[in-house]
Parts: sequence; structure tokens; C-alpha cells
Amino acid sequence: MKWQVVETKKGTRCRVLEGGSGAPLLFLHSAGGLLRDNPFLDRLAQRYHVLAPEWPGYGESTGEELLEDMLDFTLHGWDLVDALGLRHPHLVGHSMGGMIAAEMACLAPREVGKLALASPAGLWLDEHPIPDIFAMLPYQLAEVLFHDPAAGQALLTGGADLSDMDALKDFYLSSQRRLTMAGKILFPIPNRRLSKRLYRLTAETLLVWGASDRLIVPAYAGHWQALIPGARVEMIEAAAHMLPYEQPEAFARVLSSFLG
Amino acid sequence: MKFTWFNLMPWPYLPDDFREKHRSVWVDIPNTLYDPRKGHHVYHTYLDQLEYAETLGFDGIGCNEHHQNGYGLMPSPNLIAATLARRTSRAALCVIGNSIAGYNPPIRVAEEFAMLDVISGGRLIAGFPVGTPMDTNFCYGQIPALTRDKYREAHEMIMKAWASEEPFAFDGKYNQLRWVNCWPKPIQKPHPPIYIPGGGSIETWDFCLDYDYNYSYLSFFGYLRGKSLLDGYWERVAKRGKDDSPYRAAFAQIICVADTDAEAERLYAEHVLYFFNRCLHVFPPFADPAGYRTMATIKHGALAQLTLARQKILENLTWKQLIDERFIIAGSPETVRQQLEECIKGLRIGHLFCLFHNGNMPDWKTRHSSKLFAEKVMPHLRDLWPEWKHDERWWMHPMDDRLRPEERRPGAEQSGAEWSR
Repeated sequence: MKWQVVETKKGTRCRVLEGGSGAPLLFLHSAGGLLRDNPFLDRLAQRYHVLAPEWPGYGESTGEELLEDMLDFTLHGWDLVDALGLRHPHLVGHSMGGMIAAEMACLAPREVGKLALASPAGLWLDEHPIPDIFAMLPYQLAEVLFHDPAAGQALLTGGADLSDMDALKDFYLSSQRRLTMAGKILFPIPNRRLSKRLYRLTAETLLVWGASDRLIVPAYAGHWQALIPGARVEMIEAAAHMLPYEQPEAFARVLSSFLG
Repeated sequence: MKFTWFNLMPWPYLPDDFREKHRSVWVDIPNTLYDPRKGHHVYHTYLDQLEYAETLGFDGIGCNEHHQNGYGLMPSPNLIAATLARRTSRAALCVIGNSIAGYNPPIRVAEEFAMLDVISGGRLIAGFPVGTPMDTNFCYGQIPALTRDKYREAHEMIMKAWASEEPFAFDGKYNQLRWVNCWPKPIQKPHPPIYIPGGGSIETWDFCLDYDYNYSYLSFFGYLRGKSLLDGYWERVAKRGKDDSPYRAAFAQIICVADTDAEAERLYAEHVLYFFNRCLHVFPPFADPAGYRTMATIKHGALAQLTLARQKILENLTWKQLIDERFIIAGSPETVRQQLEECIKGLRIGHLFCLFHNGNMPDWKTRHSSKLFAEKVMPHLRDLWPEWKHDERWWMHPMDDRLRPEERRPGAEQSGAEWSR
């Protein structure tokens, strides 16, 4: 897969990881951004034309000051679709990206191929309060995100040696920048009233969950399903909130059989 | 020099094992540790102390705003100031201040501050902090990345409301009001003196200088650590072509006075250590949510600000360290005088917020320390800035003919109590 840069009509500059051919598939990353290695995208690129943009505020993408609220984020998603010249892309979103993908599909239901949401944010259940990712120490974050926290910690840091002060500083700065952006739609509670809009969905919808998700627990899958009649739910074993990274093969397989 | 007697109002009953049992004194502190019946006595003790400070000759008495905080019992500093407005008549009421990004709508602050200024006869000093991330983001739910923008808008609304003589429409991003019409309005014109408490955000310096507001650095870590920050501020003042009146800046300092240095340790050490060990025990992520500090500020001080390191310092503090590193200024009147002079001159500050009550310090010790200071230290520090003696730009301008409600007996007939007066 290769990086390219696109400029949206609004003025953001976004780096996009692109590869493969076939039906267009737009992948929207989580609050943590794309990691150094994204093997599930490589697998998907064997069947689809995969485009995975980095959101403004992530990696080399800029223009974060132009996006302030949920509507800005949603429209930015469609601005990217336009800038990339895609028609009826499948929308696949993970966590925060799932929230954005669902909002995009509610706003313009007829522009979407199929919709796949992997442990999406965006709903809130009082009986299952989502842990506050903005109030966590780094090691706590790995514990809540991964089925295997030790392996997860290594994935999060991308192999950087954090005992090196410069590497630590870089890691801290980029992670602050990412979460600054994510906070605009996730802080203090990741609910921007998407549930009021889900009735508009027309695309065929899949919900994929890691069976041991401790951040957005699997009970949320049922809630999504109740709000989207006809949505399918797939559980992936030995995976938690970071399921695309924890079980890339199973994740790509489940998606492929849904997207066709 | 102007001296303001400040009380943070800590909860004095945090258990000995607070640090071990709980992760934070702020935000998610178990509220079962609060006992309202004891709280009744605590509030009255602290309010009495603030009133006592006026009788000792302090220029101001001060309070601030914190939420869900074991060392700050003032979610509403305006309530505290309101009681003081009726029981004092000479000292400035320094409310440092209202975290305006969290008020909805912010016109409420313009109204309440105006009420305080009017009731007190023009003695209000109005603070507008951005608010700590604990207060503004985690307790009051404001989005970190948008907090400063919301703060700017709230400030604009309040200042416009105080200045305007006609109702106006305010079409803000966060607040829309069709009819803004501040009623009552403050006595002090064009507005009460404005103080901006800041940590280390470089944007705050320019904001203060844009409007000629006082910059207050409220640190608990003393003047040696505050020096580089205030130096940066004064550099900015010079660069902007502003005069360097020391009254542009204020600093907060923990002070303990006793007859001798050794006596100071004997009397105050356990209470000051209670403050540093228990009251400043904050879960680090609460202090630094992504987006609260701008990227420019983070790059300016990146890892120096990492609060985990600060927590490490607090774990094993000793009295000797507190003194040697000048986190606190404590000792005999002469020791305190010398060190404070160094502090005031080194930082170039015209206003000192003096913290005499610390942690779980009993009332008598607090009064003892304050009285010694007022009698044996303050007089020697009054005239450190002779060339700026007449600079009153950052101080209250009260009415001359204001009432002295603290001297009036309830129910007694007031002579000349006609509305026409």
C-alpha cells in the first residue's frame, strides 16, 4: 500500500494509505489513529480498493483547527470521499471511526455501499459506562484496549524505545495531538446523539466486536442492533477493543464475507 | 506592595492513609470523606479567619474556585465573597476567580460580580481563570481543545456586558443571547480590576497584555521555581512595549511565621506536609488532558510539565526540603522578611497572595502566624517599589461613602435610611 496526500475543499490536507483494486472501501481509524503496521488493511486490499485516510491532527494530516464538532467531522468524511473521487464506497470504521462512518451514512444514506462498524463509539448506556480514555495512564490504556495488554502496549508505541527522552517526547506530543482532536467528539462522553439519526440508515450494516472488549463492552452491540433493524453482529474471539489489530485475519475475513 | 490573605479552604479531615488508599484528591475523591456537620464548623472557622485578616491590616482577602477538590471547599467563591462583603468594609475582595469557560451563560458571572462589587461598595477584584483541567474539563465537562476558545468568548461577553449602556445581541459560537443587558452593573468603572491566574500557558501572557490585566501566577512551589516563568512574562512585557510596573503581576506564596525558625517547624511542619502530601495528590492524567494545553505551550515545556514527575517529588517531601527549595517561606519574622524580599524583588511582583492557612492547620496557629506577619514582617515590605507607589491601576477603587454593614446591628433603626440618599 502507498501513501498519497489529498486536499479537501475545506482546506485540510490529509495523508491517505491506499492500495488494492475492486470496490472502493473507505476505512476510518480509531482515536489512536493508524498504527505503524496495519496488516488488516493489506488483507482487505487483496479484494478491495482500500483508502485509509489519516484524520486531521493525526500523523502528517493537518487542518485540525477547521474541524470542531460532529457535523464538521461528518462532512469532512464526505469531503474526503469527494477529494478521492469515490462513488458509493463501503464505509468501514473502527471505534471513533465507526462513529464517524455511522454519522456519514445517516447524513447521506444513498451515497454508501455497505456499512461496517468495528466496536464503534457513539452510543452511551448508563448501565455500561465507557471508561474515560482521557483520564488514563499509558499502561492503563493498553489494559483497557487489548485482549493481551503487553502485546498491545508494543503495538501502541510502534516499537519506539520510550526510555529515550526524544522518543518519549515525540510519542507524547503526537499522542496529545491525536487525542486533542478525538476529544472534540468523544469528550467528556462519546455520545453526540447519533441514536436520534440512525433511523435514516438504508445501507446493509455489520457490527463487529471483540468478545473481550473492555472499553465499549459487547453489550453495546445489542444496543446498536436494536437501533438498526436488520444489522448483523459478528463477535471475534481473543480480541478486545483493538480487534482489527489483534485479529487481522479474522477481521478481514468477517468483513470480506459481509462486503462480498 | 499589596498583601492579600488567601484561604484555599482545604478539608482538614483527610485520613492519614489518603495517599495510599485513593488515587486523587480531585475529581474522583470519595465524597464519603466529606462530613457536612464538621463542614459547618470548617466554613465558619475559615470565614472568621478571612474577616480577622482585614482587622490585621491586610489589603485584600481572597478566595478561589475549585470543584470536587479535597483542598478547596469553594465550588462557588462568589458565595464566600458575598458573606465577606457584609462582614468587612476595608479589604479588597479578591475572587481569583470564576472559571468562565464553564458558566452557561457567562452573563451570570457579569451579574454576580456586579452584585459583589455593589454590595461591597466597589471592593471587588475579579479573576477570570481558564480553570484547571480538573475543574473545567473533568468536573465541568468542557471539551479540552475548545476550552480556550470558549473562555475567550465568555470574556468578550462579560466585558461587553459591563461596558454597554444598551441591550445588545450576542451571537457567539458557544452562547447566543438576544438580549444582553447587565443589571446590576459594577460600581468600579470601567470595570473592577481584572486578574488572570495562569499556570505556564504562554498565550495567557499576551492575553493579559492585550487588555492590561494583572497576571497572577498561582503556584505552590515557591519563587525559585516561579522565577523562570515570571522572567518569561516580563520579557514579553518588554517586547510588547508596556511599562514594567510590578503591579502587573501577582504571586501566591505559602508563608509560616513563628518566633524562631525552629519554632516554625515545630508549629507548622505537620500541617504544611499534610497539604503537600495529601492535598496535592492528584491523579496525573486529570492534570493534563489532551487539548487543554496548546501545542505551542507543550512544545515550550513538554516533559518538564509531566506531572508524574511532580507527584514523585511530593511523595517524600520533608520540612527541610520545603524550606531549602523555597516551596514555602517559613521561620522567624526576620527569616521570612529576608526571603520574601528576595521573592518579591526576584519575581518583580506588586501583589502577594499569602497562604497562611495550610492543610489541616488549626485556627490558633493560623492566626498566630498571620498576626506575627502583619506586625513584624508586612511593615518592612510595604515600600519595596517606591517608584510605583501611586500606581493603583490594578487595585480596587471603592466608594468613599460606602456602608459598613459589619458595624450595624440587625433590627436597629438606621438613621437617614431613605431611598433618596
